[in-house]
Amino acid sequence: MIRLSIPVRQALARLTLPVFIACAFALMVVGKADQLLAVRARSALGDALVPIYAVLARPAAAVRGYLADAYGLLDLARENARLRALNARLERWRAVALALDAENARLKAALHWIPTPTPPFVTARIVADAGGVYARSAMVATPPGAPVAQGAVALDGSGLVGRVTGVGQRSASILLITDINSRIPVTLARGHARALMVGSNGPDPRLIYWPEGSLPAEGERVVTSGIGGVFPPGLPVGRVHRGPGGTVRVVPAAHLGRLEMVRLFDYHALLMPHAGRKGP
Amino acid sequence: MEPTPGIRPRPSLWRRLDGAARQSFPAATAAFGLIVVAGPLGLPGQAALGPAFALASVFFWSLYRPASMGPLVVFLLGLLGDILGQTPPGVLVLVLLLTHGVAVRWRRVLVRLGFLLVWFAFGALAAGVTVLFWLLCSALALRPMPLPATLLQFGLTVGLYPVLALLFIRAHRGVAAPERA
Repeated sequence: MIRLSIPVRQALARLTLPVFIACAFALMVVGKADQLLAVRARSALGDALVPIYAVLARPAAAVRGYLADAYGLLDLARENARLRALNARLERWRAVALALDAENARLKAALHWIPTPTPPFVTARIVADAGGVYARSAMVATPPGAPVAQGAVALDGSGLVGRVTGVGQRSASILLITDINSRIPVTLARGHARALMVGSNGPDPRLIYWPEGSLPAEGERVVTSGIGGVFPPGLPVGRVHRGPGGTVRVVPAAHLGRLEMVRLFDYHALLMPHAGRKGP
Repeated sequence: MEPTPGIRPRPSLWRRLDGAARQSFPAATAAFGLIVVAGPLGLPGQAALGPAFALASVFFWSLYRPASMGPLVVFLLGLLGDILGQTPPGVLVLVLLLTHGVAVRWRRVLVRLGFLLVWFAFGALAAGVTVLFWLLCSALALRPMPLPATLLQFGLTVGLYPVLALLFIRAHRGVAAPERA
């Protein structure tokens, strides 16, 4: 070890903190200039942490399950009544759906309709969905070698969840539709009016830029419009809800609060079957 | 620094390993805590726990054991927190380094104070750096970040400190005490 005199050592010790603070500023500048750097670092760290989180997720989910069970036992009777009413309503809808399905099949046969193929997809387990103070995102564990593409669309059982923004060897990160950086072109199902859904980090994203004269109605279905080419048209997003103060919000159809499994669809593989899409 | 004179056991490999483990206890627990807190716990407001935990850890150990919480350790913890918490890289680094700097500079005054006063000082410092955190995140994203999340983060930081300090004080005198190696 190099022997330094005490004053030199003291001067060096006093310099370390300012030097590191300067490094922090440099890091901010570099991170802003090359945004992919942070994404790559996150993917690498995600790959390292995915096994740990996958182990951790099981007991955490079990505890949550027990709590939900205990809570469910408390008002079993009311829940039963609610489910019976819901079941009766769904039975009626099932009949309608079957009739419509048959009619749809007849019409498609008459038109010699070419069916849209299902894009390739993988189903992945969510291992962490904490996000950050100012970010809403989730991490999924993907089997090594699984064809998860950058920009793949994530859906859960009932609606749009988000899109893949970072792909690692064993993990992928999904930017949720509620994130403050999320902008999704949508269509209001009833009047086919277009609008933009803007995340706010809160549970319900806001709706902006709808055409004049077609105010979104309460409860109206919202689907993706496909403009911009990131999301295909027609994916269910949620329902319109008029918030306090006249803000128009979308209540997401996907259960973003408790995500467990998502399917990651690679729609770009469908559009460009021969282009091995990589990069943002 | 010259060791104090006296009779001490031979520095065998195990003794040195034990010493190193005790030395690195603050940094290791802080890094481990950051990783666990970003995991699948399903707690409400979990996202704000990471920065809160990092701030409380860095403040406590910078105050009571600065030898184990040097600027390099603080820098690396900040980097880990930035990557895990998806803040622009460098933001938490700067916030933690400033916390460390203030804690080390005010050390002589603060260590003599009672717990409540130290907590109060930490609260004041946390308010300042949380505002800085919000400002930097907003400036780097070029849009104002939501304020409720910032308030929650501040509340969690101040609320978490006594709980962590209780655990850390026990560790400071027990498993992490270097003089017991």
